[in-house]
Amino acid sequence: MPTRIQSQARPDTLLLNMGPSHPAMHGTIRIMLELDGERILNSEVEVGYLHRGFEKTCEHRTYFNLLPYTDRLNYVSPLINNLGYVMTMEKLLGLEVPERAQFIRVIMSELSRISDHLTCLAAMAMECGAFTVFLYKMKAREFIWDVIEQTTGARMTTSYIRIGGVRADLHPNFDTVLKKAIEETRRVLKDVRGLLDKNKIFLNRTRDVATVSAEEAVAFGWTGPCLRSAGVYYDVRKAHPYLVYDRLNFEVPLGERGDNFDRYMVRMKEMEQSLRIVEQAAVRLPRTAGAVIADGIEPAEAIKDSRKKRVRRPIKLSPNLEGSEKNICSGILAEGTGYVVPPKEDTYTTIEGLIKHFKFFMRGQGIRPPRGEVYFSVEGGNGELGYYIVSDGSDQPYRLHLRAPCFHIVSALEFLIKGRYVADVIPTFGSMNMIGGELDR
Amino acid sequence: MEKTALLDLLRQKFPREVKEAFTDLGDEVIIIEQDSLLPVVKFLRGQPHQYGLLLDLTCVDYLGQEPRFEMVYHLYSLTQNKRLRIKTRLSKKELRIASLTELWKNANWLEREVYDLFGINFEGHPDLRRIFMYDGFEGYPLRKDYPLRKRQPRLRLRE
Repeated sequence: MPTRIQSQARPDTLLLNMGPSHPAMHGTIRIMLELDGERILNSEVEVGYLHRGFEKTCEHRTYFNLLPYTDRLNYVSPLINNLGYVMTMEKLLGLEVPERAQFIRVIMSELSRISDHLTCLAAMAMECGAFTVFLYKMKAREFIWDVIEQTTGARMTTSYIRIGGVRADLHPNFDTVLKKAIEETRRVLKDVRGLLDKNKIFLNRTRDVATVSAEEAVAFGWTGPCLRSAGVYYDVRKAHPYLVYDRLNFEVPLGERGDNFDRYMVRMKEMEQSLRIVEQAAVRLPRTAGAVIADGIEPAEAIKDSRKKRVRRPIKLSPNLEGSEKNICSGILAEGTGYVVPPKEDTYTTIEGLIKHFKFFMRGQGIRPPRGEVYFSVEGGNGELGYYIVSDGSDQPYRLHLRAPCFHIVSALEFLIKGRYVADVIPTFGSMNMIGGELDR
Repeated sequence: MEKTALLDLLRQKFPREVKEAFTDLGDEVIIIEQDSLLPVVKFLRGQPHQYGLLLDLTCVDYLGQEPRFEMVYHLYSLTQNKRLRIKTRLSKKELRIASLTELWKNANWLEREVYDLFGINFEGHPDLRRIFMYDGFEGYPLRKDYPLRKRQPRLRLRE
């Protein structure tokens, strides 16, 4: 079956495919161009090459089990995806989260935002020929990901933010690593601004290319840095403050012209604001309730002892569970509500703990929110990341829909590149920060 | 009080079209008739409410209930900083509803998505085709009667 553009093309024009496998298409997307020389007369964007049926899969998983699938949406900032889903569930359940967990969530989601923007701009700059910028930014992202890895245990597929709190407490060495990451990122941002802000090649390819007016951006449903680059003040963190964002100082940078350069600039400034937020949150983080237990008895020994009497001594947990010890749990998880995993020490050594553990993970038990529907959104790397969940009272979502910010942004691509040159597709597409996992779900 | 002012106004202005208007977990929700989507949405989009941003548009399949499909729209007003959810049920005979493409440009892809995954027809949509699935895909995958692991027939290679 011919595509729209094939059936409508003029006979004297050239049809050119960009993608689905093209070095400048981050992820798999196909742009079909109808060309008159170098000029684009028409174009058609085809998505769906990375469609994995996220929504259908989630409807067949329990509320606890589907969390890892959310990591794989926007895989550059998985923590914000976790946060969006988890906070939607907490709104449905009416769950209060301990303050320390809220601060940790803020730090983690801002770090993810920085890594998201770094990746987007790194790729965009590289495609414009600035390979140094790409390497600098990847270096900064490594430092950010070091912090994330040390806290969550994974670089990308984190599943760290859980319903009711976070999976584990921060590493004892967290402050030092975070400080280093912030320092390095600041230095990189300064270097990059020096390299690109007045760079003639970069400016020629981005300034006044693919301009969007505020009205058009709103009509296309744009949110996030792309909308703000057109001068519209809308940030979910300011408009509907969640977590502790209303207690932290930060600004929302705006663009003026809505072109590629403004989208670059807004992201650069936003990263500086995110660093500010991280610094404030790290200072104001409430102290943890208990210290990490350095010397406890081995779990095998504790299990053996528990057959005879209740174990009162602290138990050493495996490194995978580090930071989720019983004395820390109450500070980072909404304990005792039945919506969070009970502490492992109890599961190992007491019968009540074991029953609780089984009931939490058993099909048909576990997290069963009341009937109803809920929409909640957080500010993701690309814009408003919203979840719409319909619950029928069982332990699986009846319907789970993701409002993917990048879907709305990419839908404007055809309009943006119309009448421009082939070379303009590259920075325009780069500045949109299309993420296949989020776009196609 | 200010919160419910809009819902009261909608009840008065559209007594026939708006079936229910209530607040659910802090979100304002209205349930409207299938054929009155455009007038209600146009009213909300204009002055003074300015619900100018179409946040989201999706569908829910309530298999076994009648009417079965429910369309869900989320609008956002940048000036008032408020969200609104509009829901409408589609009658079984006509799985069709007015398209919002003339009001919002992102409705084009969103409606293609719902058409692709649920098989709802949008009247007045300029280019209603599948968006995620390929041409020749059989059935509508997000419907509840579509099994999770259903296999699709092989397609012949194109010439």
